[in-house]
Amino acid sequence: MSDSILKTPEHTVPTAFTRAQLDWLPWLEPLAVDAMTPRHVASLVDAARVKSPYFRLLARDPDALDARTRTDKDIFYNPDGGLPRAERELAAAATSRFNGCLYCASVHARHAAIYSKREDDVQRLLDAGVTADLDERWNAIIAASVALTATPSLFGPEHVERLRRAGLDDLAISDVIHAAAFFNWANRLMLSLGEPASV
Amino acid sequence: MSGTDTDVIDALVGITPGSALDAIRARRPEARAHAQATYRALFAPKDRGNVSASERFAVGAFVAGLHGATAVAAAYAARLASSGAPAALKEAVDTAVKEARTHGPYGSYTSGPLSREDTPGPVYRMEASTRRALGPRLAAAFEHAHMLVFHPRDAAAAALQVLLDAGWTTTDIVTLSQIVAFLSFQIRVVTGLRTLAARA
Repeated sequence: MSDSILKTPEHTVPTAFTRAQLDWLPWLEPLAVDAMTPRHVASLVDAARVKSPYFRLLARDPDALDARTRTDKDIFYNPDGGLPRAERELAAAATSRFNGCLYCASVHARHAAIYSKREDDVQRLLDAGVTADLDERWNAIIAASVALTATPSLFGPEHVERLRRAGLDDLAISDVIHAAAFFNWANRLMLSLGEPASV
Repeated sequence: MSGTDTDVIDALVGITPGSALDAIRARRPEARAHAQATYRALFAPKDRGNVSASERFAVGAFVAGLHGATAVAAAYAARLASSGAPAALKEAVDTAVKEARTHGPYGSYTSGPLSREDTPGPVYRMEASTRRALGPRLAAAFEHAHMLVFHPRDAAAAALQVLLDAGWTTTDIVTLSQIVAFLSFQIRVVTGLRTLAARA
């Protein structure tokens, strides 16, 4: 076990939000693959994540990682009604854009663009920021995500009403709340335990 | 939050069995169960490692206080008291919240096109008396937590070195980071669902 800051390899730091694939370099030592116990491995949930230094670092607290990942998957992948996948990803991308997490924004802007097929609108969110004027439904989802991301929260009844007027039922509004809230979790880990690198 | 089996989010939102929000949360059963499982993993873990119950709840109460989330902060403060922490620690948490509260997110980007979005804001360095009351380990944790809560894009490897120097191991830092980050989620779910419930 190493208790020191890792020196990152020479890399190019991205200086703009992008939908391109980015790398992520840890500042603290992830668990070595051959040092992982069955409990550590199980906490990755997806076995393929053993390749990810981010997940092998979080695996140092395996019960927290396991529960984090199962929360994440249900918020974003549960297909039972509510908000379409594309718009859950939009809320994640908007939250990441507002907090300033280039890595998280890259992944979830990519997903939002793929599922919605609205590459230009997603790119405008990345380029212009969270005040980009897209359409009323997307503007309402972005505004709600941003209000909930502010500390202290600025989320109020006016955001709920605007989402309802845009056609969201209460399960879909709950999905917006959970997607934005989850990325306030994810952004803070990604931003503070390592850094993005262009590939 | 009287026991680890009570769903913390349901309790803080005031969700009762059979209510509209109960039905909505039931549609995302894994998220509901594992938000609670994360709470247990971070605040009532099977293996506490080097991070004491009092440290966990002190950070929880501080983070909730920074969010201005009164009910959540009161719940974590109550757990801090029942974790055996001295009253002086609870007072130091309250003092630190008063010193540190501000509005986020702010911070700076790596120099480049995003620099035009740089937003200035305070870096929390607590009063010497607060630092003495908290001790060096929690003092370093609170200053780090303030950055995570209000200006996470200012995060840097050097901030982790400060934690290492204050006695947090690599694994402890992962746990501390999860506590602050998870609270940032839990508090927003509570805020969002309370607002939704009020408009039902």
